[in-house]
Amino acid sequence: MTLEKEQKKNNLDKIFEVIKTMASKPSGLIGLSILLFHVILAITSPLYVPYDYKAIDPSLMLQAPSSEYWFGTDSLGRDVFTRTILGGRTALTVTFFGSLIALLWGGSLGIFCGLVGGKIDEVVMRIIDAFLSIPWILAMLLIVSLLGTTTLVLIPALGFFYGKGIVRVARAATHDVIAKDFIVSARARGHSNLSIIWNEILPNVRDAIMVEGAMRWSWMLLGFSSLSFLGFGVSPPTPDWGLMISNARGLMSFAYWAVLAPIFGLSSLIIGINLTADAFAKALGIDRSTKAPV
Amino acid sequence: MLLLVLKRILLGFITLFIVSLITFSGVEVLPGDACTTYLEREAYGAALEACYERLGLNTPAYERYISWAAGVLQGDFGYSLSGEMRINDVLGPRVKNSMVLASASILIGIPIALLLGIITALWRDKLPDIIISTITIFSMTIPEFISATLLILIVAIWLEWLPGIVIVPTGVSISELLPNIILPVIAISMIMTAHMARMVRSSVIQVMASDYVQMAILKGVPYWKMVFKHVLPNALLPAINVVALTIAWLLGGVVVTEVVFNYPGLGRLVIESISNRDLPVVQALAIILASIYVSINLIADLMTLMLNPRLKSLQIKK
Repeated sequence: MTLEKEQKKNNLDKIFEVIKTMASKPSGLIGLSILLFHVILAITSPLYVPYDYKAIDPSLMLQAPSSEYWFGTDSLGRDVFTRTILGGRTALTVTFFGSLIALLWGGSLGIFCGLVGGKIDEVVMRIIDAFLSIPWILAMLLIVSLLGTTTLVLIPALGFFYGKGIVRVARAATHDVIAKDFIVSARARGHSNLSIIWNEILPNVRDAIMVEGAMRWSWMLLGFSSLSFLGFGVSPPTPDWGLMISNARGLMSFAYWAVLAPIFGLSSLIIGINLTADAFAKALGIDRSTKAPV
Repeated sequence: MLLLVLKRILLGFITLFIVSLITFSGVEVLPGDACTTYLEREAYGAALEACYERLGLNTPAYERYISWAAGVLQGDFGYSLSGEMRINDVLGPRVKNSMVLASASILIGIPIALLLGIITALWRDKLPDIIISTITIFSMTIPEFISATLLILIVAIWLEWLPGIVIVPTGVSISELLPNIILPVIAISMIMTAHMARMVRSSVIQVMASDYVQMAILKGVPYWKMVFKHVLPNALLPAINVVALTIAWLLGGVVVTEVVFNYPGLGRLVIESISNRDLPVVQALAIILASIYVSINLIADLMTLMLNPRLKSLQIKK
């Protein structure tokens, strides 16, 4: 077996190891199962939805849950069960790719700042501080209202705004390793900065950054659903939990099922991601319980 | 010491300066401006020119930034687009309403958070901790609009105890406002309390494991005396900063909560001004909310500094 292949096998082993550790505790197992359930549901649900999610039928308005319509119907006579099991698709896609973007740019800028230090680092951190002090919701709403609410706008915008916190984490993690002997000796061996980042720093800060990214995912999902709820996320008639809750809210004294079904969907996914992220952090030996949600 | 305080204040102002640059250039770079959104389809030819002339949008961007920033420094945010009201008059009552909501939530939230945090830490992994921690984690992770909607559904619709939404005009007095804010305050303080209680919990647990507390236990200091004299003063100090960050972070969540309860505060103004594309008001809101964030952090930093003599000789780095 060549060295590279062996490396790959080791990486795979490590991933399995981490997942096993995560699943060994009940909270991690519950989190992983919920997440897995939602991912499978999001991928496969279009294959078996009982009704058309956008079929409007005034004669079926606000029907209570029955054997025919499991979760009842909404104010336009659409099947709530159909819309609920489809409702996580956009949210999961947007926030997954958004988190990836956040990880990539936040991680690389953070490592870069931690490595170069000095004036550049100072300036970048000031700008990050300034961005942190603008409420994310104001900035997101402004961008979305001026550029539109397509996923092509939402993914980079969310990715950008949730990445700035990762910059700090990556920078701090880089600071922790930068003075260590192996970096100094790599420098002494004459390795380039790029090679030091790739071979020495990245393996040591990767865990911290990935844990942060997993946590950001759940916050981003929260943010995305809030945008949808406020009417600045996906556009109707696309089924989305945030939008469904906002639409059904006005009539919830008559038809509570139309509110409760999407609430259940969204809450379970967020709790699932949170438990998974916590278990992930614990499996990698990182304690996040003392940190503020910034 | 004084130098350090001054430096922190200066850094705060630098941050706000960058915020003003970001919001100004953000509005500048994004497509569409005040006149095209105000005039909508009639935005061409003479009408557009006249509008630019009237709002002074003909001058170069840096000149407008300077005159705008000079106004802001004197506490004048200029005129809003819709209704052509002075932004200060629009903001005034909203700021007051939001302050009432925020202070009520903080006043209720902090003592409960301290109590819950200490209880969960002292009875760690026992029944009280498991019950309280499960509830706090739930209310932390669920989005604000869901917990607020559920509150309305249960308390206002099913139990019919309280009105579900706030129906008051923007400019009411505080005494008229107070009876209306019970549900919004519960919704906000529930999430805030949960966050803070978690911080206090982990902080107390850390201190309980420290050498000097172990020492006190070995010396035979009575349990409760140890808790109050040795643990709490040391545990609550680091919590101040985190609590401040949590409060500041919740500013974003308050926007959503205010919309759910139809509460006439700054949060709803954010949504209204963005829906109307009232960019001058959006800029003003960004500056105000950022100032609140920066000053909460500054106060927390200074408080930690005052209360912790060890830090006075050290330099605090963010």
